[in-house]
Amino acid sequence: MKTMSVLSIAVLLSILVGSTVYGEDKVLSMSTTTSTQASGLLDILLPEFKKDSGIDVKVIAKGTGAAIRDGMDGNVDLIFVHAKAREEAFVAEGYGTKRYAVMHNDFIIIGPEDDPAGVAKTADVNAALKAIAANGSEFISRGDDSGTHTKEQTLWKESGVPVMEMKRTIVKGDNKVDVAFTEPADADKWYRSIGQGMGKTLTYADEKRAYTMTDRGTYIKYKFGKTPALDLTILSEGSEGLANPYGVIPVNPDKFPEIKYDLAKAFAEWIVSERGQTLIGDYRLIGKQLFYPDAIPQ
Amino acid sequence: MLLDSLKSAFLLLVSLDPELFEIVGVSLNVSFFSTLAAAIIGLPLGFVVAFHSFAGKRFTLTCLNTLLALPTVVIGLVVYSLISRRGVLGPLELLYTQKAIIIGQVILIIPLITTLTIAAISKIDNRYRNTALTLGANQRQIAWVIFREARYGIVAAIIAAFGRVIAEVGISMMLGGNAKGFTRTMTTAMALEYDKGEFILAVALGMILMTCAFAINMVFHFFQGRIKTDAV
Repeated sequence: MKTMSVLSIAVLLSILVGSTVYGEDKVLSMSTTTSTQASGLLDILLPEFKKDSGIDVKVIAKGTGAAIRDGMDGNVDLIFVHAKAREEAFVAEGYGTKRYAVMHNDFIIIGPEDDPAGVAKTADVNAALKAIAANGSEFISRGDDSGTHTKEQTLWKESGVPVMEMKRTIVKGDNKVDVAFTEPADADKWYRSIGQGMGKTLTYADEKRAYTMTDRGTYIKYKFGKTPALDLTILSEGSEGLANPYGVIPVNPDKFPEIKYDLAKAFAEWIVSERGQTLIGDYRLIGKQLFYPDAIPQ
Repeated sequence: MLLDSLKSAFLLLVSLDPELFEIVGVSLNVSFFSTLAAAIIGLPLGFVVAFHSFAGKRFTLTCLNTLLALPTVVIGLVVYSLISRRGVLGPLELLYTQKAIIIGQVILIIPLITTLTIAAISKIDNRYRNTALTLGANQRQIAWVIFREARYGIVAAIIAAFGRVIAEVGISMMLGGNAKGFTRTMTTAMALEYDKGEFILAVALGMILMTCAFAINMVFHFFQGRIKTDAV
């Protein structure tokens, strides 16, 4: 009995010691959006990066808002997200060192095949959103402050559909801060903000036979890689406003000295190098290209 | 951060934030009806099991106790697969409504109310029953006597069940879908603010949840006090 407990303590200790050594041995932690992970891209990139650099990457996948928040709190060494304006603000406010433009994909408007609002006939995304609003067809919004949600709010603002700004005031330190978001005005009947991830939003829209906006990668995955397949069709795509650029930003070591800046920088430089960019451009999900490299012209 | 959350919670309350009240309203509404429905099913069930000795009673009790550990995710999944558009109850269009949350929560707390009712009744001295019998009471009157004697335990069962559902997040999220203004409850709102990285708002909502729970327990406590004085 005694030997058993001594043994188990020894095993526990060795695990602890082992993991600390491992912890100091080149592990980079990265907060990223669910779309990079769910698309399977990271499963291709990270093992290759490990081969080239010997660095392990610990991935924490969240919405863009939460990923940026992780960076602002110094919880991670690097963020890999898609909300360009907010990324630039992140760097401008000194939380990150530099934004590396990595790649882009695009958003699409999808809905049921019978298309009650006639979105498929519209010329661009502005007209598409106007058609949905005019018809009062149900539209499901991520509503979770993610990159996709940020994009959707911009699109509503630009579409010419009347919008309203919702505000909530909270206290941070000595300041009062507004948490604001935009949604179509007088849309209680048809606009549903569900505050969930992309996959959940797709199944929700499917259940409700509603319209929604999604990144192409998640859509392909749910449409062609899942049984039963998502029963929604692409109705509007290709508008300039629907482009979706991704960036990588190392967290600023001046702000958080414990950040593993050299590892973060190594990753950022690797992913915009020819090697990283080729891997991104060659990545196929169910036979379809998802991401287009931005750092090196193809 | 806790102080910030406290201030923010206060600010939300005094500003009569309409969205906040909507969320609190949805939470209370859903919890009330699921507790009510579960009590209507669970209390008689507890009575029946406690009163009668039958073959397999121990097994039934074991099953009920096991069901106490039923994860909300499992209930969510099972109910989801039944009421989803492709499920057998799909045509009823229940998914992502408050009714769906109530269905899930009722399943969650029936075992809780039943087992606690059984426990409350089993604690009652058999002499009450025998005395009532010798005084010529019929079955219904006996049940009433026992119910009166076990009332604290039964009220406690209902409070526990209410506490379980109002604090529950898995079922509300999976079956309600966290749609703002429709099925967003306090717990799913908190989960959302956490996902968004707005921790202060999440904790502020948590504080409001606790305040509601406290207020409701005060009300129950008041009634229990009333029952007590009545009995004297």
